Amino acid sequence: MADGLINLTIDDVAVSVPKGTLLIEAAKQAGVLVPHYCYHPGLPVAGVCRMCLVEVEKAPKLQIACATQVAEGMVVRTRSGQAKSGRTGVLELLLINHPLDCPICDQAGECELQDFTFQEGRPSTRYSPTYPKRFNPVEDFGPDVLYVPNRCILCTRCVRFMEDVAKEPVLNVSERGDRAFVGIHPDAQLDHPWSGNVVDLCPVGSLLSKDFLHKARAWELDKTASVCTGCSQGCNVTLDLRDDTVVRIRPRANLEVNQYFICDHGRGHYRWMNRGDRVEAPLVREGADLRAVDWDEALDRVRTLLKGAGGSAVALVSPKASTEGLYFARKVLARFNWTGAFQVVMGEEAPLAGVPNLALRAERAPNGKGAELLGYTRDYAAALKAAEKAAVVLVIDDPEAQIKTSGQVIYLGTAAPAFLNAAIVLPMALMVEEDGTYVNRDGRVQRYFQARGTPAMARPAWWILGQLTDAAPESASAAFDAMAAEVGAFRGMSYATLGLLGQRSGAGAGVPA
Amino acid sequence: MGYPQKPHPKETVVLSEYFGDPEARTFKGWVKRGGYEALKKALAMDPNAVTDEVKNSGLRGRGGAGFPTGLKWTFMPKEKRGPHYLCVNADESEPGTFKDREIMRWTPHALLEGTAIAAHAIRAEVAYIYIRGEFTEPWTVMTQALAEANAAKVFGNITIHLHRGAGAYICGEETALMNSIEGKRGNPRIKPPFPAVAGVFGKPTTINNVETLAAVPHIIKRGSAWYKGLCLSSPKSTGTKLFSVCGHIQKPGNVEVTMGFPLKDVIYEMCGGMRPGRTLKACIPGGSSVPILTKDETEKCLLDYEGVAEAGSLLGSGGVIVFDDSADMVYQIMRLARFYAHESCAQCTQCREGTAWTTKIMERILAGKGQMKDLDLLLDLSENMTGKTICVLSDSCATPVISGIKKFRSEFEDYITGKKRPVMVA
Repeated sequence: MADGLINLTIDDVAVSVPKGTLLIEAAKQAGVLVPHYCYHPGLPVAGVCRMCLVEVEKAPKLQIACATQVAEGMVVRTRSGQAKSGRTGVLELLLINHPLDCPICDQAGECELQDFTFQEGRPSTRYSPTYPKRFNPVEDFGPDVLYVPNRCILCTRCVRFMEDVAKEPVLNVSERGDRAFVGIHPDAQLDHPWSGNVVDLCPVGSLLSKDFLHKARAWELDKTASVCTGCSQGCNVTLDLRDDTVVRIRPRANLEVNQYFICDHGRGHYRWMNRGDRVEAPLVREGADLRAVDWDEALDRVRTLLKGAGGSAVALVSPKASTEGLYFARKVLARFNWTGAFQVVMGEEAPLAGVPNLALRAERAPNGKGAELLGYTRDYAAALKAAEKAAVVLVIDDPEAQIKTSGQVIYLGTAAPAFLNAAIVLPMALMVEEDGTYVNRDGRVQRYFQARGTPAMARPAWWILGQLTDAAPESASAAFDAMAAEVGAFRGMSYATLGLLGQRSGAGAGVPA
Repeated sequence: MGYPQKPHPKETVVLSEYFGDPEARTFKGWVKRGGYEALKKALAMDPNAVTDEVKNSGLRGRGGAGFPTGLKWTFMPKEKRGPHYLCVNADESEPGTFKDREIMRWTPHALLEGTAIAAHAIRAEVAYIYIRGEFTEPWTVMTQALAEANAAKVFGNITIHLHRGAGAYICGEETALMNSIEGKRGNPRIKPPFPAVAGVFGKPTTINNVETLAAVPHIIKRGSAWYKGLCLSSPKSTGTKLFSVCGHIQKPGNVEVTMGFPLKDVIYEMCGGMRPGRTLKACIPGGSSVPILTKDETEKCLLDYEGVAEAGSLLGSGGVIVFDDSADMVYQIMRLARFYAHESCAQCTQCREGTAWTTKIMERILAGKGQMKDLDLLLDLSENMTGKTICVLSDSCATPVISGIKKFRSEFEDYITGKKRPVMVA
């Protein structure tokens, strides 16, 4: 075994972990998830729910796995009769004051109290049916958070998040004994820009998102790994879709980027993904009108247009466009004297105090860095000016662009453009409808995955633009490979090496740092 | 016994010598009685020598756990890297215990002197005396005494602060007390880290009980050999101990006896025995958190750490609660459970929910609505509440329930079968 590692046995599985590792984390290496409520890897240890009781050989009593550090030669049993009965006891006690209102609770289906009770709870309670359960009315905690105290199991994750991570301690545990509940400062609201995380942290349905309230049952949701489009931080997220409609965004753990959290802006930044006014077929200009055509005809028209044009070209792109799409756009324009630019919407910066290098960034541009690595600039005004005299203007999903040009406008977009002078409009997939990558502000290349099909004839940008080159890629992965082969910043990377957590640009094999 | 009665001839009066003597409360009066000589002596000694003296005396913590005091002091870092703190636990709130209150009321300077000696021994520059919120008179007396002692500049470079609690039982738990001093909610902390590593404000801290520290000046002044000689039974328990006797007893109050003294003599001789026509039924010897003793167990019990353990209970804080044959043990245990349910800090699930549930079941039994299976449920619940939480409040609630059902089961059954009329409405 390697030096500096502690060797121990958990449920007869030998594991080696660094000194200082907590039993609950070491158990994960042995393939054991010790049931727990108050423990969360992104929060300070509280050790209060007492759910993660395990048997440690030579210890006089059961130990909590979340607050016990590993020791050399330790023998841990998480499934012994004693450990299990300790946890079953906790579950019984947690349930005596917990309403069995799962049928109307948003958390049902993704509730840790349900899961662990199902796993090792008692089949029935011994609490008298004539005893009333603790009752406190629902509290409005803030813009997006409701507190249902009756369901609260006092794990204090929310309290610790606000105190130690957000560093805005507006929540506390009020009262004592079984009268206790999570209280909010009488003059405060839970309106910190990152406060929505308390909803994810809550292991039960006590803290609820008003935005998601009663929208879907957990088991109706399709979950897809994605990257937040709210700003240039590139937080890893999971998109929850119900019947192809995005209904919720939740953080996906990535210790290098966002740990376990996302901000409220990002959490709510999904309505644009569900917009109904989509362009559904390629459109070509016939005099004053745009006529729907099939892809063959549309692509032929573009090829003819590009062949007939010469001189300069301008690309005006959305910083939400995929890196792959932007790469093929530049490839299509390569034979022109081209310039490309993107427009960055600015907003307020909102850091999460307890996590280094994590903030809602002022630059609301999820792939601005990717565009820069591919040669696009932020000088949107100059590009607009250059467009006036350009022979070809390629616009990627920038429907608000007010373009004056003597040349021809090719528009790739998800929604109909505000201006109607495009020669050709090509229906493009939204990021939720394609596989692709974004590069975050720190140069981390991260994949997002297709969450649903494209509407009607819309296609990913890399496919549309790839068709206009000599080597049309057959998949997003192949499109990325083509880019990685040519552009130094992506060299050595592939969808396989990026995986679910991404890689820093320049981290690929064979590229000097 | 001291105040309000005269000491009983069988008492060994050390700590309680000046109980009831108002002049001893004043700085001048205390000095006249030989006060602050021990402190002067200790400040001239090496801190390690002070610790050794206390270690050799065999003094053990009087708050309840009985941990050797000198040994505890040695847990402080040998090399001083930052501030050290001493906390004095004057949050005496264990039901049935009222010895620290008398020490502070009558001999405030004994506590201050002991505090300063301990602070010197552990190299602490600051000591906090955390006084129970309800102790209005001791607070006034201590404030006055501290002002007088500070004016006389007897503490050298040691600063003593008085900190007043806000009325939570749990703040008598050492780590909850530290949180409370820091201005936080009085929640017990998970250990490790232990206070000697990270205590109050995250710095090395020692915490001692009032009675423990009040004994320290005597040890320094008269020597550890003298203190060690105060022993009637087990050599592991030395010195004198104040016992607060209350309940069904003719002369309730504090008695000070040498370790190993028979409990029956305390009850029958010193405290005047039972009321006329009544007989002893049960006794809780160490404050409400320890197992209940039956009459036989009580009469055989010797009052030191080992003796009470042998009798089946714990010496605890020395709060002796006496029950005569008129006592309704079921009701008494319900009252204790209700107390713990009220005082649970709400952190640990077993305690938060278990104490309240226990109370409800006890109330149901007292309302004549209990079932036989409730007794097994109570025992199983109590088992579930024992040894699984951050602090021992949960265990303390379970302890009297377990021993109560074990030793007085028929009283529970009488309520369940209807032999006894309900005394509560549930």
